[in-house]
Amino acid sequence: MITDAAAHAVSRTTRAERLRIVATLTRITGDWNLAEDCFQDATERALDRWSTDGIPDNPGAWLTTTARNRALDVLRRRQTEHDKLEKVHTLAELERTPDDAGDDTAAGNPDAETYGDDQLRLLFMCCHPALPLAGRVALTLKTVTGLSTREVARAFLVSEATMSQRLLRVRNKITNAGISFRSPPPHRVAERTAGVLSVVYLLFNEGYAATEGEPFRDELSLEAIRLADLLTQLLPLDDEVHSLRALLCFQNARRAARVDAHGDLVTMEEQDRSLWDTEQIASGLDSLIIARSIRDTPGYYRLQAEIAALHSTAVDAASTDWVAIVALYDDLLALHPSPVIALNRAIAVGFRDGPDDGLVELARLEATGDLDAYALMPAVRADLLRRADRIDEAIVAYRQAVQSAGSDAERRLMQRRIDEISGR
Amino acid sequence: MKYVMFVVGDPDHTEEDAAAAPDLEEWFTSVRPTGKYLQGVRLQEVEDATTIRVRGGELLITDGPFTESKEWIAGFAILDCADLDEAIEIAARNPMAYEGRLELRPIHSMGGPDD
Repeated sequence: MITDAAAHAVSRTTRAERLRIVATLTRITGDWNLAEDCFQDATERALDRWSTDGIPDNPGAWLTTTARNRALDVLRRRQTEHDKLEKVHTLAELERTPDDAGDDTAAGNPDAETYGDDQLRLLFMCCHPALPLAGRVALTLKTVTGLSTREVARAFLVSEATMSQRLLRVRNKITNAGISFRSPPPHRVAERTAGVLSVVYLLFNEGYAATEGEPFRDELSLEAIRLADLLTQLLPLDDEVHSLRALLCFQNARRAARVDAHGDLVTMEEQDRSLWDTEQIASGLDSLIIARSIRDTPGYYRLQAEIAALHSTAVDAASTDWVAIVALYDDLLALHPSPVIALNRAIAVGFRDGPDDGLVELARLEATGDLDAYALMPAVRADLLRRADRIDEAIVAYRQAVQSAGSDAERRLMQRRIDEISGR
Repeated sequence: MKYVMFVVGDPDHTEEDAAAAPDLEEWFTSVRPTGKYLQGVRLQEVEDATTIRVRGGELLITDGPFTESKEWIAGFAILDCADLDEAIEIAARNPMAYEGRLELRPIHSMGGPDD
């Protein structure tokens, strides 16, 4: 009989310790699959043992030891089967690995650095730029959380078969193409870290874009924040890591206000800001302050976090510092030219100088044709026209926006606008 | 791990990219002593390619390469590296990474006479 207390303790410990244990075992055994299997085996044993014997004082250490012993057994068996002498030193190292898992970031733990490095190596491997992007995101989620393939598939709204193929393909490439468990060379660390950050951001957005009746997808955003937390511990001197964490905190803090009681989308302008999670905003500001202290020149995530911070600390849309926001968008565009960022800048100009100026910016953007396929374009135009009191044109644009909306929630929001303005 | 590094001509690059390309001799000088460069060949122009197929028992011979695109295979090298990252570092220093593109393909473990 598996008790609830044991199941709860296993899931909590897995969440906290999985990446560290799998990463350490991968380094020692040189075999990622073996490490994954041994961890899985250890969690199954934990469910049984903790149900009968109670939960150990240090569940993390218990799982580490059990998984390690399992790896030892498997390697010993392989050794007798194949007499693989080269595994002997591995066995010796496994036997030397301390039982005390504890907190790997605790000062004074001689293995803290190794544990941290192992986790980073595993993340660098999952997020290797030679892997297909969707595969990187899925594999990272699976590796960090240990979710089943079915759960990962649900989180990404694809069939289990599709996800299973995706994961198989990416694992095969890691093996076949020789992507190894090691940190990138020093001159590549910054760009490879940026690659890990973009995977974390995608993971967050995958969950954040979800709006209705998909509580499971919320988990993706929370998982992304946990991962960002971990990265701030593993790479404490990279300002962009702290900036990404800040950005995710600010965005996630608005979660409760983004959807109303009917499950309809609420734009930031109209959100009930008392629903914003002030603790999370404060936590984001802490990270942003750390990022600023590490490096003067803001990077891609810092600029976005600075923009999000201005929104998060404004009492309402009208009193938001739009002058500063437009300036930040200018910097962001200079650093990372992108039509979507240019569109967001046009929206900010609409708030800073008024809707007519926003429409001028928008017309300039539309002329480039870069945003022709962008689903939110008509909605942005419609909003600016509405603010400019050009109601007839706004209605036409909102109708286009209903057509191009990416989700039911967006479609309902556009329809609601049409109803609102046709009534006046 | 052994990789074939296909050297591909690709007009999609700027003059600045081409100007920034390192010297090919320097590349050879840096990779040869490492033992990671096993061999390489440079191919004659694409116009000199001949494509062969047997279909329905009949031999079909056509002029030109098997792909019709603006990229063309200009040559290839065989690298023997610890892992993909090492091969990427070698490829990234080759001038054709600037003036064309390089494709790293791991050699199948059942594929070569040296395995």
